[in-house]
Amino acid sequence: MSSLSGRTAVAGIGATEFSKKSGRSELRLAAEAVHAALDDAGLSPADVDGMVTYTQDANQEIAVAREVGIGDLSFFSRVHYGGGAACGTVLHAAMAVATGVAGTVVCYRAFNERSGRRFGQPDARLGGEPSSQGLEMSWHVPYGLMTPAAWVAMFARRYMHAYGATSEDFGRVAVAMRRHAATNPAAWFHGRPITLEEHQASRWIVEPLHLLDCCQESDGAVALVVTSAERARDLRRSPAVIRAAAQGSGAGQMMMTSYYRDDMTGLPEMGVVGRRLWEQAGLGPSDVQAAILYDHFTPFVLTQLEELGFCGRGEARDYVAGGGIEIDGRLPVNPHGGQLGEAYIHGMNGIAEAVRQIRGTSVNQVRDVRNVLVTAGTGVPTSGLVLSAG
Amino acid sequence: MTLITDPTLHDRLMALAERQAAAGEVRGPAAADPVNVPMIRHWADAMGDANPLYTDAEAAAASVHGGIVAPPAMIQVWTMPGVNRRAGQRPTPVDEVLAMLDGNGYTGVVATNCEQTYHRYLRPGERPVPATRFAGLTGPKRTALGEGYFVTWNVTWYCEEEPVAEMLFRVLKFRPRTGRAASGTQDGRAREQEAGARRDSGAGEGPAGARPDSGAEEAPAGARPPYPLRPAVNEDTAFFWEGAARGELRIQKCADCGQLRHPPGPMCPSCRSAARTYAVASGQGEVYSYVVHHHPPVPGRQAPFVVAVVELPEGVRIVGNVVDCPPSEVGIGMPLRVTYRQMDDELVLPMWIPRES
Repeated sequence: MSSLSGRTAVAGIGATEFSKKSGRSELRLAAEAVHAALDDAGLSPADVDGMVTYTQDANQEIAVAREVGIGDLSFFSRVHYGGGAACGTVLHAAMAVATGVAGTVVCYRAFNERSGRRFGQPDARLGGEPSSQGLEMSWHVPYGLMTPAAWVAMFARRYMHAYGATSEDFGRVAVAMRRHAATNPAAWFHGRPITLEEHQASRWIVEPLHLLDCCQESDGAVALVVTSAERARDLRRSPAVIRAAAQGSGAGQMMMTSYYRDDMTGLPEMGVVGRRLWEQAGLGPSDVQAAILYDHFTPFVLTQLEELGFCGRGEARDYVAGGGIEIDGRLPVNPHGGQLGEAYIHGMNGIAEAVRQIRGTSVNQVRDVRNVLVTAGTGVPTSGLVLSAG
Repeated sequence: MTLITDPTLHDRLMALAERQAAAGEVRGPAAADPVNVPMIRHWADAMGDANPLYTDAEAAAASVHGGIVAPPAMIQVWTMPGVNRRAGQRPTPVDEVLAMLDGNGYTGVVATNCEQTYHRYLRPGERPVPATRFAGLTGPKRTALGEGYFVTWNVTWYCEEEPVAEMLFRVLKFRPRTGRAASGTQDGRAREQEAGARRDSGAGEGPAGARPDSGAEEAPAGARPPYPLRPAVNEDTAFFWEGAARGELRIQKCADCGQLRHPPGPMCPSCRSAARTYAVASGQGEVYSYVVHHHPPVPGRQAPFVVAVVELPEGVRIVGNVVDCPPSEVGIGMPLRVTYRQMDDELVLPMWIPRES
């Protein structure tokens, strides 16, 4: 079997501004981001023949194609499971390009998640129909367990119990992300770092999570252009080669509420992704110079460090202590500020940052970056990437 | 008095409610006057609040606030429009619903819930902007006051783009009964509050038309309200909910290999058998993990409330609320026993209370 590794690349990235109220339709945001990504790559809409987005995206591929002036499509696909789809869109695009199904594929995510439908709010439709997902949710939502913060808090409490982690350990993740965002002009929290004391003093959302453990809610869009590595090398920008791409789901998997597996302190689905990525890339944790870890809630950043092999079980709190995941630490995580600091674009803005780190063009550039690990939504079936220079 | 009811009214009301809910958050005009000391002084005086932080510049300057702050409970005051609405004022998503109810004989109003959350103190000079979100319409309900609809909305006040306070507001709009004094009991959790004298611009509060001396005998008719949220049920899960209604905690059991399983499903993952039965659990358990929910508000629930993953001695886990116990006393390993709570005329949820170990 031929490997996907190294055959495709991200050739362009584009985004709208990140705000709390875009004042524009989601379709317009998508079209703007796709145009920006194509301009960045030095390609035209006519070069695109494939499109991938999330099942949760409200903008159909054909609608975005119409607005942007993209003509014939030979490939279109959607990736499921909320923010777990982020790197999965790139995987699907890379598979299409590597197999010749498409030549150039655009991945996008666009929403007015703050001014429109807010994921953090209780939604009476969560239970609803007796679909498999509705039934799964029905063991939780009638008890008022119906927000992402609450779903994650349940894991966080058990993790604290098992490993002696504290709210301050979670807080150090938030402090690091806000420190990074403070020097990123594109970040919503540009110029607004926080202290651990401020984290501790922020109000409870769902104990054990404080407000500052929760990522922000944002309006905006991000798009990526995926084409063959060979073609990407002839384009305007240095390619970010897709060294590895994987999706993962674990045994007993649910959407955010996998409370019935033997252990509640890990993210087995991320373990699946991590093992696949390292194997495919022929790399290990010590070979990446920066990581983009999905940070919708701080506790799962710790869990990811463990699942991906950066440290042992229960050791992440020591790993992040003393600035371990800050820009000058042992593993710079989310130099753009992540979703806690830059914007919540369902993980797509993190992939764009990984590309900038590979190119050497980030405002918070890590030195000598050759490989960057990227992950997608946590607590759900998820995905990941290793992007490399070259 | 007999009112002729338009048979299409309920559907039209619900369709309107759905549209208004879909409109999301609608911003109203900013406070007519910035937060100011004279209004604070009058309010504090009327309320008998002598806290010097609100009126004494010197004492306030020496405090952690470094200067005068407004009483958080004044949040509605700043954006109340007064007796006459300002011309050209943008309606809130609530207004049209209240108007349709008024126009169809539901002229009575009683405020049943007002829950406010303050994120921070306001300071003189700030001009909060209210944003109203229509949250729900339920009914018709037969209440002691008369048949009515509950109308719920949320208001978030912003300074710049920062949310500074939030409110959940609910009124019962009802057709006043004639000939009998209204009486009844109210859900103890619902804090009774008389609605403001006139509509609040941001909050769209209805006019006070009746004393809040009674409330709802929950007796739904017609469309079922969204809350309490009920589980989706199918042929794989019905046995569990039927058990709960009878006071039994039923755990699916494979009829072939005997494996217990929760949540249940159509096929045994161990032996592939689709033959199922159930065991009735002992009703004991202990906290495996738990959360204390504070925010955002969950309709039908009074925060803070506890949700736990409960480990049963039978070897499965189940999610439920821990009740009759202060959240601060809940901990991992806490022994529990099951109890049952009737959520409405139909839904019974198994819940958990502390047990002597």
